[in-house]
Amino acid sequence: MSEPTRLTIAETRDALAEKKFSAEELAQAHISEIERANEALNAFILPTPEHALDMARASDARIAKGGAGALEGIPLGIKDLFCTKGVRTTACSHILDGFEPGYDSTVTQNLWDAGAVMLGKLNCDEFAMGSSNESSYYGPVINPWRRAGSDAPLVPGGSSGGSASAVAAHLCQGATATDTGGSIRQPASLTGTVGLKPTYGRCSRWGIVAFASSLDQAGPLTRSVRDSAIMLGAMAGHDPKDSTSVDTPVPDYEAAVGQSIRGLKVGIPREYRMEGMPEEIEALWKSGIDWLKSAGAEMVDVSLPHTKYALPAYYIVAPAEASSNLARYDGVRYGLRVDGDDIIDMYEKTRAAGFGAEVKRRVLIGTYVLSAGYYDAYYIKAQRVRTLIKRDFEDVFEKVDVLLAPSTPGPAFAIGEKSGDPIEMYLNDIFTVPANMSGLPGISIPGGLSGEGTPLGLQLIAKAFDEEMLFRVGHVIEEAAGELPTPDNWWSKS
Amino acid sequence: MADDAVPAHLINSSTGDWEMVIGLEVHAQVTSKSKLFSGAATEFGAKPNAQVSLVDAAMPGMLPVINEECVTQAVRTGLGLKAKINLRSVFDRKNYFYPDLPQGYQISQFTQPIVGEGEVALDMEDGEEVRVGIERLHLEQDAGKSLHDQDPKSSYVDLNRSGVALMEIVSRPDMRSSEQAQAYVLKLRSILRYLGTCDGNMEEGSLRADVNVSVRRPGAELGTRCEIKNVNSIRFIGQAIEYEARRQIEIIEDGGAIDQETRLFDPRTGETRSMRSKEEAHDYRYFPDPDLLPLEFSQSFVDDLAAQLPELPDQKKARFMADWELEHYDAEVLVAEKERADYFEEMVTLGADPKAAANWVLNTHLGRVNKEDIDFEKAPVSAQANTAILKMTDDGTISGKIAKDLYDLVWESGGDPEKLVEERGLKQVSDSGEIEKIIDEVIAANPKQVEQVKAKPQTLGWFVGQVMQKTGGKANPQMVNQLLRAKLEIAES
Repeated sequence: MSEPTRLTIAETRDALAEKKFSAEELAQAHISEIERANEALNAFILPTPEHALDMARASDARIAKGGAGALEGIPLGIKDLFCTKGVRTTACSHILDGFEPGYDSTVTQNLWDAGAVMLGKLNCDEFAMGSSNESSYYGPVINPWRRAGSDAPLVPGGSSGGSASAVAAHLCQGATATDTGGSIRQPASLTGTVGLKPTYGRCSRWGIVAFASSLDQAGPLTRSVRDSAIMLGAMAGHDPKDSTSVDTPVPDYEAAVGQSIRGLKVGIPREYRMEGMPEEIEALWKSGIDWLKSAGAEMVDVSLPHTKYALPAYYIVAPAEASSNLARYDGVRYGLRVDGDDIIDMYEKTRAAGFGAEVKRRVLIGTYVLSAGYYDAYYIKAQRVRTLIKRDFEDVFEKVDVLLAPSTPGPAFAIGEKSGDPIEMYLNDIFTVPANMSGLPGISIPGGLSGEGTPLGLQLIAKAFDEEMLFRVGHVIEEAAGELPTPDNWWSKS
Repeated sequence: MADDAVPAHLINSSTGDWEMVIGLEVHAQVTSKSKLFSGAATEFGAKPNAQVSLVDAAMPGMLPVINEECVTQAVRTGLGLKAKINLRSVFDRKNYFYPDLPQGYQISQFTQPIVGEGEVALDMEDGEEVRVGIERLHLEQDAGKSLHDQDPKSSYVDLNRSGVALMEIVSRPDMRSSEQAQAYVLKLRSILRYLGTCDGNMEEGSLRADVNVSVRRPGAELGTRCEIKNVNSIRFIGQAIEYEARRQIEIIEDGGAIDQETRLFDPRTGETRSMRSKEEAHDYRYFPDPDLLPLEFSQSFVDDLAAQLPELPDQKKARFMADWELEHYDAEVLVAEKERADYFEEMVTLGADPKAAANWVLNTHLGRVNKEDIDFEKAPVSAQANTAILKMTDDGTISGKIAKDLYDLVWESGGDPEKLVEERGLKQVSDSGEIEKIIDEVIAANPKQVEQVKAKPQTLGWFVGQVMQKTGGKANPQMVNQLLRAKLEIAES
């Protein structure tokens, strides 16, 4: 038996069909890998091996009967933001201690309906607030990648750090993730994986612990563009339980992978060339341009004039929504309760103990910007900025089919390196936030290695509901970049 | 609207006249099978927490989905209030912490409500017509209920009401007396009930009012108002306003100023007391709910609902007045409740004289219903029975006095009025021979009174009474009168 943990989802699909191994064997291989690796990486906060084996055996039965789904037997990790029926779901917050939902999120249910197998719940930043996975109540996730010649632990990015680390270290074949300001694409970039944020409304938000409702979107983290397409096909779809989910058919995303990009127009947004941007990011971007040119695409210089306002506006809108979304964690019905002298005292003690520093910071910012007297100056203005950003993209997509930019301003950083300075941490999302503010789909694809020997990603942004364009162009980048060297496996116990 | 102060409404005081200015915010529970944003049932009286969905309990990851039935009901109500229907409206979050508010915010409509300006017309008993402007109607979620009497140490929460759809109907400050405010709530409730958009049941909390009261010198600028929260009966609304207006006048006359504040009405004392001041008011941090798209529908959706609207009280009243020449106020009282109006119409259809039927329903029937304090539709005398009684009175079969006795008989023991008249021999005696015989007996037995009546003709009534008594009220009173005059030789007056 070849090592099933080394395979992509597409390869595994074929191997399962050819009965090279069973879904149960596949699940067991991953369970063993998680057992060996998780102590070092802390990617899974709750492995669910028995659950996985049960689901895998059911998959084997369906394969035997000839009724395999699109993700039959594929072992996945699930970000702890997704509610999973009967399996503890905490959004990596102390305040949701012991919460076991009686329901599955629509996205995870879609995955189970397609035959996928759950290996466990993945670590993330608390309530998905963070860019380094250091705000998790369950401790930081470690990036399998290290700087050349160094043992210093690096962050995997965030908030979907557990998803990215687990996929990069082959603890699962794919993972669910969520992206509110870059939480899929930024960790993908920092771990050499493929991270897709679909169009807002493409995947149902029902059953996903909310951070910022108008920005949150679920998407896949995988090791190839094709895998991303396969996973999105199973995750996406209209959901009457989410009023913001859009009723538009789910195309055959995988069919877009491998299509020619000859004659496509690729926009190069000049505002993404930031002052003080590291040279290696410039160089990476240049490589991307060259690869797409060689494949027959035409490069067009474009302008998105309001880009510089995206990040500040994001840090008003997202905390505003979060301050309200997190009000339900009050100790009354579920999760943590710290008793108090009266109801107010109980609220205060529960929320003081239950939320970490970053969550508290954002709840305070959000409460402030929505307050009487500040609402117009902050929230309303930020919404206007958002409209302008959307318009920028609409104008540009009159002229081009897709945009190419870096995913992040730099490679993976060390644990603790930026956690003392929130603003520097926030700047990590500078290239990813505009797609959230405009609701557009974006993908990060490994483009090469930094001078430190760690991965760097290239980002593509397309029109609303044109994820096919991302897979089509993304695959060309993937092919041209070639296979990245895999990090030496330092994390597995023998 | 009513800018000219009407003297009758003024409160006289040693320092001069005062006028009260009243506006109401009425919360009406939408009649619908399920809640505003979840599929949970809305029936009253279920066991605590038996009607709670994951959305109502604000479980993590749950999302609201608008219930179309509630939207339809709000639009129909707006049409019934002759109001502007907004084809696009927005749901906002109103943020505050309370144990019976699981989300930590109430979904409401703040800047862009589903219904805009409208009007409610009132006919007061003294003939005055009052028009009360409607500022807006918006949809919002109800909260749950805290139960403080279940345990000595903790409170419990019942979420059955959590998420139930409410319409908040905001009036202009157009009312100038507690009677007008009461008439407004009654009229509003009547319209809602005709439409079937709210059952108007105040005891069950389906309809409750926040009452805004201020006072001013006639013609002066509006005074500072106080809001009295959650008053839940028509009588309490009246009491709360009367108390509050006098409290404010006293403060101003003592040289004080009114603090804008929220107050509570205590039904036991009949007084209002301070709940929180303006400074303590919450900052609700309203913002558009990002989980919901703006609520949009087409004009044809509104037109279809308008075409299917039932006849409303004002239309019915106009028809009753035009077709049957009923008095303004009589018609208003008749149409105030649909069951009442239907009952009256049924009598007319069965052949009762409209005016007589109106009088009979309003005085005899409604009088008894109110005396017994029962629901109109539970009254044991049917429209058919009352029609039969009226017809028999009209054609002289029974006297008016017997008619009332007969009504009470039917109320208490049931039965067919015509048969009862036969069986009990209640027919009016119009046989002059029979009546003459009795008159002769009365005259013979009362020589003193005969002498008296010759001098004082107005004492004839005594003889009429005697004759009626002897016939058990069955004698035709006019005939008795005529025959007595002839026998006693008293001229027609």
